[in-house]
Parts: sequence; structure tokens; C-alpha cells
Amino acid sequence: MIGQSLMDLWQGFGVALQPHNLMWSFVGVLIGNLIGVLPGMGALSAISMLLPLTYSLHPIPAILMLAGIFYGSQYGGAIGAILLNLPCHPPHAVTCLDGYPLTKQGKGGTALGITMISSFFAASFGIVVMIFASPLLVSVAFKFGPTEIFSIMLLGLICGGTMSKGSPLKGIAMTLVGLMIGLVGTDVNTGTARFTMGLIELSDKVELVALALGLFGVTEFLRSVNRMEVVAKGVKMRLRDMRPSKAELKQSFFPMVRGTLIGTLFGAMPGTGPTITTFIAYAFERKISKTPERFGHGAIEGVASPEAASHSKTQVDFIPTMSLGIPGDAVMALILGALLIQGIQPGPQLITEHADLFWGLIASFWIGNVLLVILNVPLIGIWVKLLQVPYRYLYPAALFFIAVGVYSTNNSLFEIGEVLIFGLIGAVFVALDFSVAPILLGYVLGPMVEENFRRALLLSRGDMMVFVQRPISGGFLAVCAFLILTQLFFAVRSGQRKKMAKLRPVTPTAIPVVEEG
Amino acid sequence: MRNLINKYNKDYYGGGLMMLLGLGAVVQGRTYNIGTLSKMGPGFFPVALGTLLMLVGAAIALTAKNSASAAEEKYVRPEWRGWICIALSIVAFVVLGKYGGLLPATFAIVFIAAMGDRKNSLKSAFLLSSAMVAVCVVIFWWALKLQFPLFQWG
Repeated sequence: MIGQSLMDLWQGFGVALQPHNLMWSFVGVLIGNLIGVLPGMGALSAISMLLPLTYSLHPIPAILMLAGIFYGSQYGGAIGAILLNLPCHPPHAVTCLDGYPLTKQGKGGTALGITMISSFFAASFGIVVMIFASPLLVSVAFKFGPTEIFSIMLLGLICGGTMSKGSPLKGIAMTLVGLMIGLVGTDVNTGTARFTMGLIELSDKVELVALALGLFGVTEFLRSVNRMEVVAKGVKMRLRDMRPSKAELKQSFFPMVRGTLIGTLFGAMPGTGPTITTFIAYAFERKISKTPERFGHGAIEGVASPEAASHSKTQVDFIPTMSLGIPGDAVMALILGALLIQGIQPGPQLITEHADLFWGLIASFWIGNVLLVILNVPLIGIWVKLLQVPYRYLYPAALFFIAVGVYSTNNSLFEIGEVLIFGLIGAVFVALDFSVAPILLGYVLGPMVEENFRRALLLSRGDMMVFVQRPISGGFLAVCAFLILTQLFFAVRSGQRKKMAKLRPVTPTAIPVVEEG
Repeated sequence: MRNLINKYNKDYYGGGLMMLLGLGAVVQGRTYNIGTLSKMGPGFFPVALGTLLMLVGAAIALTAKNSASAAEEKYVRPEWRGWICIALSIVAFVVLGKYGGLLPATFAIVFIAAMGDRKNSLKSAFLLSSAMVAVCVVIFWWALKLQFPLFQWG
């Protein structure tokens, strides 16, 4: 099987290195890198803004480009975090803790160099895991019927809702809201129009791009208008500055390996957001360090480990998305949506039916990561200059790109209205401390969840026990139950802690609380 | 308003909103055929989701953080000017896009949105929106051949 995988991978390189595909991969990492640097624009807004552009492309270059945007924007985020202490993207917030002190000590270049090395190492490891894990997963997934698919999707939804950020209850609520938005439109089984409010435009579902850009674009602008203050001072960066010394390399090697493993582990679990992954990697590194007091004052390990974790997670995240059709987080949900728009149904049959796409994508990951390392050296200077563009010029321009992008998906002005509505809804939710990312997960999975739920019960003649009795499905449900119980346990325990804390004051932790993309 | 927010913390509103949304889904879902477990109608899933959301909403409100921690939260002044301008700019794009064409719509969305920021002057907003009009013509109309007339009447 391994030999077969390597053969397939070889062919994948053939696909990814075709000039046309290579070009789109390049465009993807470049634009992703650019948008990743900009404050307030993460992978989610980058992918949703450029999604319409891929409609006219062949599926392979389209998906290569989207994947490129994804990991390109991650590299970009680290730049602002380290050089300017701007955690533009939540996963990089933890990188600021040690990255910025390093910059102040004049070692910002080294921090970026280490970031690049650990990112590349971690991504490569994640890719290797993907090559060997996906075919295994697929051989299991072929045994799945509607019952199993429903249970594993339920697991994905619970993970996505409870584990990403903040209160698990609120995450679940947002997932449910997303599932409901997914219901809008015509019921496939009976043709009944549901929740369309009599609007013909809504009978064909809510538009994915409109939903994503409303929630992650407009909501963000509404939140930061007149509040975002970017003061970036001139930072010069030369190639020479970025080369870490031998001692620094040695110091960050094991943190890098540990971060990679943590990221891989969390990537395999659907629903754990990138932010939580980087935080855990950082906390772990600080815990096992012999000199924990250095953390927060420019410890290079505090940069290497979380950056490695976020990059291996990014790659491993693609495994459940591509081979089971179950996205782990909102970004993956968007990529899944893009595949569906291209007429490709992600799932176990994807690897066999679209072998060129799957292995081409994996090969492009490697090529893209190499491109990023090469690009980053000359581009960092430009990106830093770009950070000095004031927010007050950025967001009106971005609004225009959103409007035109959404219009071009279906040549419909109605969908731009949808963007506004979802932007306002998102702003209300965010103001009430809800995180909007699970909505996208619920929206993408919703129709599939309902379909499989109905089909499973049709086959079992209405016997709900079928979900528990079938072993694979029962196993997934047991994990679901376990997750909910542990969440309850932690909730109760933190409640007790709060009572204890009232009796004696505790020192606040150094780690800031941020929210998931 | 400030006292109200401190006194009743956000989770009451959040939980209440979720219960309201859930109720709405149940009420609307009941108008579709619910069917039976073995042969579900289009109303089954909406009603089930709505019920769940109501329960979760109730749980959010019940487990709301105690008022002490809510009082610590800083009261943030609403940013009306920014919000109204952003909302209006999108509406303007839709309306002008339908009755005026791509160019007026582009100018309007950038100009109105830019006016939402207190630091933008009329002049800088005008320059920015003019620049975006140029970008729009070159990239979307000329290079990407967007199906959207530059000008149209009615």
C-alpha cells in the first residue's frame, strides 16, 4: 500500500508541476501571503473573497489555489505577529508573546527564520502523515452507510462547536444556527420550500460565499471600524538577519518536533481550531522547559513550537475533509464547499475517482511550502510596508471586492443583500460573545446530516436504536457522549474554582484570550 | 443603557435570542409536514433543531456568568457612524448597481464606507473611491469581463 501511495504521489507531482497548475498554486500562496499580512483579514476572508474567481477554473487549479491561499495566509500572519506585535489572526496571538520581545531585542529576523524553518518542517511532516493516513481512512470509510455517516458528522459538529473557543454551549448554539441556515431552500425529498420567506432567490439555498463573507468580512469591518489603529514603524529585514545561529537552531529543534506532533494530533481530531492547538503547544513547551521564566521575554522555543503546531495541523486538517467529506473547521468547510461547487463530492471515493486531484493537491502542498520559503525572503520587506496602509483605506476597498466577488458568483445583486444581512447577524452574535465560525460548519454539513439521518431511519423503519447498535456508528456516538461529558466536567470544575478564587486572589495568566478565526 | 448592560449580562440576551430563534424555527417548521420517524417530512428536522436551540438557549441564560464578572467588562460605546455607513454602502451598491451600473455603484460603496471612519476626509474618500473605480474598470470589466454594464439607466 505504501509503495502504491508513493507511486501515486509521483504522479501527483506530475500534475502539480504542470505550468498551468503551478501558476495557480503560486498565485494562491502569493495572494494568501498578502492577505495574511493584512490586519483583520484571515484565511477565511481570503478564501471566501477569492472563491468566485475559481468558478471559471478547472477543479484542479481551483483547489490548488485555494489550498495555497490557506497556508500562504498562515505564513503571512506570523510576520505581523513577530515584527509588529499584531496578532492579526488568532492562531498567531501566542507567537506574539515571544516573537515581539525577540524583535525588540533585535532578533526579529531570527524569529522569522525559525518560524519559516519550523513551518516548513511541520508542514512536510503533516504531508507525510496525510499520504499514509488517507488511504487507510478511505478503506475504513467504504464500509460507511448513512447511519455511520450521520454519527461521524454529528461528532464533527460537536467537536467544531464545543472545542474551538469560549463557552461550549454557545458553540453548540452557533452550530445549530448554521444547520438551520443550511435548511433554507427547497427540501430535496419533497420539494417543499423551507424558510424562504416567499423569496424565489432563496429557493436555491443561501449562497455559501455570501454567508462566509458576511460573517467573516462585513462582521469584522463592523467590529473594527474606528477602533482599529495600526501604527507600524519601519522595519528593515535582510536575508542575513534571518539566518538563525547554530545554538538557536539547537535550542528550537525539539520544541519544533513537539509542536509538530501536537499539531498533527489535533489536526486529526475534527473541530479543534488552530488557536487552541497553538496555545496548547506553547503551554506545553513552557511547562516542560527548565527555564519557564524566559517565556514571554523572547524565548525562541515560544515561537518555534506554536508555529510548527499550526502548520502541521493545517496539513493534517485536509485528511478528514478530503477522505471523509467532514470538514474539521470553518476554513475546511469552505474548501469542502468549493469542491462541491466544482461538482466533486469529497468522501472515500474521491481518492480513487479523482486521484489526479488528490495527489496533485498533496504534491502542491510541498511545492507551495517551498515557494513560500523562497518568496518570504524578498517579500517580507514589502509586506511590512503594506502594514502601514491605514485601516481606513483598507476596509472600504475590501467591501468593494466583497460586493463584486459575490455578484460574480451568480451575477446576482440579491446575494450582495444576503452578505449585508449575515454581516449584521454576525455582528449581533459577536457582540453577545458568540463565535461565528461554527455557523459555517453547520451550514455546510447541515444538508448532508439531514439527508443521512432521514435515510438511516428510513432503512431502519424508524428505529432510533440503529445508531447505537451498529458498532462503528455506536463508537462515534460514544466519543460524542464522552466529549459532552468532559465539557460538563470542566464546566462544573471551573465553576468550583471560581468560588475558590473568590477566597484567595490568583495571579492572572500571561496568555491573552482570543477568538477563533 | 450602560447600567442595563452591567446589570443584565450579555448571556441573558444571548440565551434569549437563541430561544427566540429556536421558537421561530419550531413555529415555522410546524407549518411543513412533520411526518414520522421512519418517513420524515420536511418539517421534522427544522422542528427538532428549533427545539434543541431553545434548550441550548435556556442553558446559556441559566449558566450566565455571575454579575460580578459582567460588571468588570468595559462598556463599549456603539460605533453608530461606522455601522450605518458600512450598511448603507452595501445597500447603495445594490440599488445603484441595478439602476445605474457598475461604475456609480463602485464609487458609492467605497465612498460611503470610507465616510464611516472619522479620520477620512471628503477629499481622501473621494480619491480612494476614484482609485477603486479605476481598479474596477481595469481588473473586473476589462480583464475579467465581468457581466455587469458600466452604466445603465432604469
